[in-house]
Amino acid sequence: MPWTEPLALLFIAMTASALGQAPQQRASPATTPQSAPPAPALPQAPASALQLPAPAAKPLQAAFVVVLDPAHGGSDTGAHLGNNLEEKEVTLALSDRLRSELLARGIAVVTTRTADVLIPPVARAESANRAQAAACLVIHATATGSGVHLYTSSLAPGPMTRPLPWQSAQSAYVTQSVKLESEINAALAHAQIPLTLGRASVQPIDSLACPAVAIELAPLVGGHVTKPRDIGDSAYQKSVVDALSAAIESWQSDWKH
Amino acid sequence: MISRAHKILFLVMLLACVIMATVLIRLRNRAQDRLQDQAAGAPAAIPQETGNPPRTVTLYIPNDLDGSLASVERSMPMPADKNSEARVLLESLIEAFHAQGSTHPIGVASGINEVYFVPVPPTPGHNGGEGQMAVVDLNGALAAAQPSGIEPETLTLLAMMATLHANLPEVTQVHFLVDGQPRDTLAGHADLTRTYLASEANPEPIPAGAGTQ
Repeated sequence: MPWTEPLALLFIAMTASALGQAPQQRASPATTPQSAPPAPALPQAPASALQLPAPAAKPLQAAFVVVLDPAHGGSDTGAHLGNNLEEKEVTLALSDRLRSELLARGIAVVTTRTADVLIPPVARAESANRAQAAACLVIHATATGSGVHLYTSSLAPGPMTRPLPWQSAQSAYVTQSVKLESEINAALAHAQIPLTLGRASVQPIDSLACPAVAIELAPLVGGHVTKPRDIGDSAYQKSVVDALSAAIESWQSDWKH
Repeated sequence: MISRAHKILFLVMLLACVIMATVLIRLRNRAQDRLQDQAAGAPAAIPQETGNPPRTVTLYIPNDLDGSLASVERSMPMPADKNSEARVLLESLIEAFHAQGSTHPIGVASGINEVYFVPVPPTPGHNGGEGQMAVVDLNGALAAAQPSGIEPETLTLLAMMATLHANLPEVTQVHFLVDGQPRDTLAGHADLTRTYLASEANPEPIPAGAGTQ
């Protein structure tokens, strides 16, 4: 019947609005870009579990914005990394160091978490998508493996549609994400940091509407070239942050091509 | 008239009864705890069908250091029914994770409650999918012992998916439960809310060529 479609759209909009406000009541992610030009002003995007908001007729992507998402926080401690070190602390420390390094290079940064608070994956994706970022780095840490693990979404590449489905928004960006991953791969290899590449399904990466890579820091196992390094080793973290910053700087000139 | 000596004797015996009862209750509780711990740690019984000849099966063993999956062939008698066969395959895989010198160590030797098979649900535009979906019910002890991290969790899931698909090619999709219930993640990272395609264990590389933006 002719009146059912508007009613259904109204119902979806109300549901999306309700879902979008709930997480914000629990924790509000830090979404203000630091220094550099501010993120493009967008219509208020709901953290919809259904659809991403339709963009303006001419998407504003002049600014090069990088989103850093330090995983876990608050009651979600993440992995226990030994020596009373928890994953949420390492991810936040890495994010802070990387943010400082990027700001020093004149790159605008949005971080989803700047304190030890629990932020749901939906709210993280919402703040990242609102920034219309050129790169989204989801930061993790683990006690197993060696060096740095890079992951892109396990979704198959898909077409850019509007609106993008929330659960698989990343599929439209998978090819770009793989390009970003190869930039980071090259920078880490240049810094002689061992790494593994893969594809994984980890929240919130599938809902990110930006080139996105999950970066998981692991301890450095000694080898022919490398000396063993603990995950909390400051010099080791600095070498990773330096390599990531160099990769992002290189991505700045490549991402639109 | 009860003498003072009898009164004292009665009180001493009463006290002895109370102490003995307390000791017995504590001993019983300790024995119960010990039995429960043994039951939780013991591998679940797998139906053994000794009548079947040994069959060569392929297990995919992960390596945490380089993120790879290596195929290993084993010869073992397999049960006749498919559910038990899938369960034996996955339990053998977890035993390999637990073995000394494992390249993907997990602290338990058993971790599968059951494996169910259901037809692949229809997707929009298709009446029904091809193959079958394996619903793997992991036990809570395995999830608790699973090292936390994107790599270790993803490798555990990929190894299970690859092992199932290699030995039961009709399995095209895999969904994971923990103790019969849906769960967000395996140990804080790998997403268990979605259904995996068995082909994801051996994905086609995506060229880092032209973007879609």
